[in-house]
Amino acid sequence: MRKKIRVLIAKPGLDGHDRGAKVVARALRDAGMEVIYTGIRQTAEQIVNTAIQEDVDCLGLSILSGAHLKLFPKIVKLLKKRGGKNILIFGGGIIPSEDIPELKSMGVSKIFGPGTKTQGIIDFIKTQIDADGKRR
Amino acid sequence: MGLIEKILQGDQKAAAKLISKIEDEPTSALEELKVLKERIVPVHTLGITGPPGVGKSTLIARLIERYREKNKKVGVLAIDPSSPFTGGALLGDRIRMQMHSPDEGVFIRSMATRGQLGGLSRATAKAVKVLTGWGADVVVVETVGVGQDEVEVMRVADTIVVVLSPGLGDDIQMMKAGILEIGDIFVINKIDQGETGHLERNLELVRPGREREGWVPAIIKTIAVKGSGIDELHQKIEEHRKYCGKPREVERADED
Ligand SMILES: Nc1nc2c(ncn2[C@@H]2O[C@H](COP(=O)(O)OP(=O)(O)OP(=O)(O)O)[C@@H](O)[C@H]2O)c(=O)[nH]1
Ligand SMILES: [Mg+2]
Repeated sequence: MRKKIRVLIAKPGLDGHDRGAKVVARALRDAGMEVIYTGIRQTAEQIVNTAIQEDVDCLGLSILSGAHLKLFPKIVKLLKKRGGKNILIFGGGIIPSEDIPELKSMGVSKIFGPGTKTQGIIDFIKTQIDADGKRR
Repeated sequence: MGLIEKILQGDQKAAAKLISKIEDEPTSALEELKVLKERIVPVHTLGITGPPGVGKSTLIARLIERYREKNKKVGVLAIDPSSPFTGGALLGDRIRMQMHSPDEGVFIRSMATRGQLGGLSRATAKAVKVLTGWGADVVVVETVGVGQDEVEVMRVADTIVVVLSPGLGDDIQMMKAGILEIGDIFVINKIDQGETGHLERNLELVRPGREREGWVPAIIKTIAVKGSGIDELHQKIEEHRKYCGKPREVERADED
């Protein structure tokens, strides 16, 4: 049996807009994945503990508040500390393109800007997880 | 150190990995489960069931507070349905319990039914064992939002709480032959949202269902979002735990 892809869609930061995150969560579900959605205003600790307990393959972070350069490193570091370094991390939201290289260097695999088609995210996850079987 | 040793030492990641293995490769997980079973003593397992949206997850979040006040470690298995068409699932129970995620003494795992009927997933009973091995003093199982005959939870839980809400007054009549029979405790939640008399009267008519001696299923009214009635509920659960005596082995559900 093919293993199920499990994804955590999390919304760190203080802003309360999660429309985009919900659209992504539903699209991933419709693509056959098991999606854990945890609501808005999640702290790094909440996100990381959830990712570990839920044994997700993939963590999608949606950030609109502009705090990405602070929040991403915190989450990535904590995740590594808790043994989740194999979890594929992607980001979405409003993130200036000049910040992307820095985010990638810290371990965020991909940033999806506003207007990204959900199919693009689905394809990305499936390709990455197929390519890297040892993630499981 | 092996996976089982790590789990027994309270390693959340190891426990999470074994639950995934039970879900994805049930046969190859059998050996580990056998080893694990020899090392654990069953703990009190609480089943929370009821129709969709009545407040099951919110109530569990409140009960976790009570257990944590007494320093008990809590394991939660929250089941949501998989789509029969795509196999995908949106697992949302956890949203209501997220305040407990930073707490090292709470382990919450969302599970999709993956085609299993009856309100649980195939891996649920075995996952109870994993959380027991991790160190849970109590394991809480939230079923999918059930209609009437999804009663699998009775195979894993020592104590079953059936959650209802005021609007369900007439529907109760039709539920007679189903989940109402398995309740040890009935909760009418959301009493801030309507009159409960009708529901209570109907509930009186159908209880007690399950054959048991010396236990009369209680009816408890709560407002989970405000935390009211939770002390009473917690107390009743403890009463039932004592009434049950030794937690059961959950053998039956293990056989498949
Ligand atoms: N007014 C009111 N709303 C409540 C109460 N308890 C829960 N809710 C709300 O009811 C909605 C559903 O609550 P959940 O706890 O998710 O219900 P559930 O039974 O777990 O739902 P499913 O798992 O989807 O079947 C949420 O919006 C809660 O905030 C209550 O006592 N009063
Ligand atoms: Mg729920």
